[in-house]
Amino acid sequence: MEFAELIKTPRADNVVLHCPFHLPVEGTLCLTGHHLIFSSRRQDNAEELWLLHSNIDSIEKRFVGSLGTIVIKCKDLRIIQLDIPGMEECLNIASSIEALSTLDSVTLMYPFFYRPMFEVLQDGWSSFLLEQEFELLSSVTNEWRLSCVNKEFSVCPSYPAVVIVPKCIDDDALRKVALFRHGGRFPVLSYYHKKNGMAMLRSSQPLTGTNGRRCKEDEKLINATLRSGRRGFVIDTRPLAVAQQARAKGGGFEQEVHYPQWRRIHKYIERFNILQESFIKLVEACNDQSHNMDRWLSKLEASNWLTHIKELLTAACLAAQCIDRESASVLVHGSEGTDSTLQVTSLAQIILDPRCRTIHGFQALIVREWLQAGHPFQQRCAQSAYSNSKQKWEAPVFLLFLECVWQIHRQFPCSFEFNEQFLITLFEHAYASQFGTFLGNNENERAKLKLPQKTMSLWSWVNRPEELSRFQNPLYEANSLVIWPSVAPQSLQLWEGVFLRWNRPSKFLEEAEAERIKIIKYNKELQAKVNVLRRQLAELEADGEVQEP
Amino acid sequence: MEHIRTTKVEQVKLLDRFSTSNKSLTGTLYLTATHLLFIDSSQRETWILHHHIAAVEKLPLTTSGCPLVIQCKNFRIVHFVVPRERDCHDIYNSLLQLSRTAKYEELYAFSYNPKQNESEQVKGWQLIDLAEEYKRMGVPNDYWQLSDANRDYKICETYPRELYVPRTASKPIIVGSSKFRSKGRFPVLSYYHKNKEAAICRCSQPLSGFSARCLEDEHMLQAISKANPSNRYMYVMDTRPKLNAMANRAAGKGYENEDNYSNIRFQFVGIENIHVMRSSLQKLLEVSGTRGLSVNDFLSGLENSGWLRHIKAVLDAAVFLAKAIAVESASVLVHCSDGWDRTSQVCSLGALLLDSYYRTIKGFMVLIEKDWISFGHKFSDRCCQLDGDPKEISPVFTQFLESVWNLTEQFPQAFEYNEAFLLQIHEHVHSCQFGNFLGNCQKEREELKLKEKTYSLWPFLLADQKKYQNPLYNPDFSPELTLLEPNTVSFNFKFWRNMYHQFDRSMHPRQSVFNLIMNTSEQNKQLEEDIKELETKIKRRNGQSDVVLEKEQEQTAHPAPVALKSPPCFQKEQPPLPVNDAVRTIEGSNTADNRYSELVSEFSKAEPAVVSLEYGVARMTC
Repeated sequence: MEFAELIKTPRADNVVLHCPFHLPVEGTLCLTGHHLIFSSRRQDNAEELWLLHSNIDSIEKRFVGSLGTIVIKCKDLRIIQLDIPGMEECLNIASSIEALSTLDSVTLMYPFFYRPMFEVLQDGWSSFLLEQEFELLSSVTNEWRLSCVNKEFSVCPSYPAVVIVPKCIDDDALRKVALFRHGGRFPVLSYYHKKNGMAMLRSSQPLTGTNGRRCKEDEKLINATLRSGRRGFVIDTRPLAVAQQARAKGGGFEQEVHYPQWRRIHKYIERFNILQESFIKLVEACNDQSHNMDRWLSKLEASNWLTHIKELLTAACLAAQCIDRESASVLVHGSEGTDSTLQVTSLAQIILDPRCRTIHGFQALIVREWLQAGHPFQQRCAQSAYSNSKQKWEAPVFLLFLECVWQIHRQFPCSFEFNEQFLITLFEHAYASQFGTFLGNNENERAKLKLPQKTMSLWSWVNRPEELSRFQNPLYEANSLVIWPSVAPQSLQLWEGVFLRWNRPSKFLEEAEAERIKIIKYNKELQAKVNVLRRQLAELEADGEVQEP
Repeated sequence: MEHIRTTKVEQVKLLDRFSTSNKSLTGTLYLTATHLLFIDSSQRETWILHHHIAAVEKLPLTTSGCPLVIQCKNFRIVHFVVPRERDCHDIYNSLLQLSRTAKYEELYAFSYNPKQNESEQVKGWQLIDLAEEYKRMGVPNDYWQLSDANRDYKICETYPRELYVPRTASKPIIVGSSKFRSKGRFPVLSYYHKNKEAAICRCSQPLSGFSARCLEDEHMLQAISKANPSNRYMYVMDTRPKLNAMANRAAGKGYENEDNYSNIRFQFVGIENIHVMRSSLQKLLEVSGTRGLSVNDFLSGLENSGWLRHIKAVLDAAVFLAKAIAVESASVLVHCSDGWDRTSQVCSLGALLLDSYYRTIKGFMVLIEKDWISFGHKFSDRCCQLDGDPKEISPVFTQFLESVWNLTEQFPQAFEYNEAFLLQIHEHVHSCQFGNFLGNCQKEREELKLKEKTYSLWPFLLADQKKYQNPLYNPDFSPELTLLEPNTVSFNFKFWRNMYHQFDRSMHPRQSVFNLIMNTSEQNKQLEEDIKELETKIKRRNGQSDVVLEKEQEQTAHPAPVALKSPPCFQKEQPPLPVNDAVRTIEGSNTADNRYSELVSEFSKAEPAVVSLEYGVARMTC
């Protein structure tokens, strides 16, 4: 297919661009296969806009006389308005944008066309291999092994080719367990707590059905993670009633009789369309500046967004508490084990593992617990808060996770090597990107699309020194402790960096942030200078003493 | 002290108010003449000033003892469990007596002795000089003059002696106008904007009823508008909701009729009265004090309390006022009913938006002295300093501080002072430890001889100003007399956790960016000095042949200052705010110090933070 077929009017002059908190600018609008480009054609190119079509969530058009107006709502929640003279041009442009922003084939997406202007220092596609992770693990324990049972993605289509499982469980047993778990997602190691040797496993629901089917290998597998005489906890992210209903559809939960050493806790985490609706309501509330205080607060409440944040943080703290405080192993699952399960396991690691709070460690966490673990990014992030499509599979699961990280970050601002900007960047790229990292729903699909060969990895770009410095938290000081966030409603806040980002001028806040960074940097310079001077003085003094008879 | 029966009780438990696992500290409770003191087993002290106590409640006996809940005006709530009921009863009765004072002379300020000599005391009271402040604003001038009409408090008892009025307002006009205004509070100057030649004036409501008029009052307003050469109309802002103002007409009061006053633009701004504000805060505290609160209960409680709506209303009014002056160069007359609550809020916030001086530490003190203390905001009644009418209590001043805090959040570099400064002022408005806020008006303060018998708070705050400085402050942020324009869209207003939960440690971030920046910025100053010192030493070494002299200097050069040995960023041992014995004696009210020392341990990373999740493993449901 040629993109040109979709672009009837590639260019329009005298277009006026309205962005929030900027004066309207007049300029030229161009459409290319993947971008909407606006330029004021000023010498300094100060007023340029490059917008990925894939970043466009919805568009609206209206006319006053022959002047058409297109309102573009982006997946990163920004809203811009273009005034285009000429009805035909406007209609053409609107329909082109609509077509180009909803291409249904993955291979037509920009990452397949993007040619980076930078030199790749380290290929992000091979930066985070599970084998490396396993090597680290092997240095502290030999109770685990790397299994290639899923080499052809045949045992579990949504798992990566290699997984870490208890050493005493062979591949044949794994195949049997896979048949007993929804989507073949047998329990695998998610996190190993070095401090006390406890493990966090994740899986999908067991297929017990109404007649209480059991699987000896499954029981053996998860029992293998227990210390003798100790109990473990199964954290089921569904309420008991839902878990019970699931039996009628062939799903179910671990029954006490067959798992006597495990205690089951139901900690409900909302999913799918409920989350998506919550997201849409929150964004609506934030975008309406005319709300009086009561209306704003009731809209904020009605969105339920912060309730979801609190529930998720609480569940993650619970998992972390079981491991760190109760010295118990934990198995986390919901139904499919691709959404709320991953939210809980990854957040628990943020709380427990200082490595996950470094830039590199956080990337590794996202690769391991989200990309390799088979969170269906392409489905979940197909549309954002402005979409009208209301597809069941769209849900801001990953955004919710990022916001929880942000909430913990706010409570421990010195314990994270990365800054808020890094989280926002990940949010943006999960929804629209020039990189292939978040394309596809699992490793199997990514392999079929040959993403590592055909597209650039986000990590290749992020980890370049120039970029990395933008994402560094100047306050960071390694903190090896477990960090327990407060989940009281008074301690939680709206993530203004995402939800109010385009709704209020942020100049003063940015300047203040720059000043903070300046103070920290200046401190480091002064420290260095003092050290140099002190050494100089010491040398001079030493010389003096030598000269002295 | 005749009220104290039991001075010491051992084995008392202090419960954490938000923990569901009934975590508690055991220690000893002491009752002194001025404070209630709890020392836990790890020797941590909790001081509660008797004057800070708003309510004491004895709960029904439990198996572990007799619970005693103390609510303080600074939003501290402590929950003790006393083993024996008799001890609990004694303490309860003593606290009831001690926290209710009948006479001013029994307040802490009259016994508090900060070890200052008399001349220091006098100098302390002279630190803030309002005559100086009016001069700074640019009055007296061609249009405004000092009036001696109220020199003996004859015209208005609740106004200060020295008042500035338009030159054209003669004494008969002043007297006539004052008779037409509630409590005699006639229109006077509150702030003069010298660039715009426009004024903020304040007064109380006119006694207009349904049709009464007063020519002198009309002349008075005309004089004010004529005192502004750049604009012929002036605004009259009635800060009340229109309905309230109309209801007042039936009682012979009311608001200005635009037909009777030439060139006025009349405007209601709808701030609720003290009773609404009191119950609003009550509701807010009920919600925020709930254990195991859900997000939605919190948000709907916040909404139902109306608290943030009121804060927004106050700030919106201030923005309206400031814009009238800065944009239209129009003078504004502000009033409410009596002109000492909402009027004080709006006038002071308006001036704060207009004039960057009030965003400095000293300037903020001046602003409070001027618009709150001198113009007779009834601190004694509003803060319940003496046992009195509970219907007079209202958090009007707290709202003012909260509005300022909201501004500091939006403009992090515009203010010389920080949040701790606002909290400390709030603390002392209620502590009755210093004389500044005692009584309801200047006349009463003079009668109490406060300047001889008590001390002023301001010099103590100023001496400690390091603690209250905003490290991000940029004096050039807004050039003199440029308007600060806050965004008052609802989502900008947040619940002020550091005020209402200032003593609930588990709710706060475990690491404070603010303290870190503050320390670093302090350290930078020290490092700059060290560099200078080192450089001179090196220079001297290089250029000097006299070895003997060198030897001497070497001795002074070592050991290196301690600060240099510490890591550049966050330090565990070093308190975020300097707390030492000097501070303790100066502050006297140890509650404040305690707050910082509590935060110190909280922010230090060495201590694994306390989990404040509202579940325990014991409560897991299967």
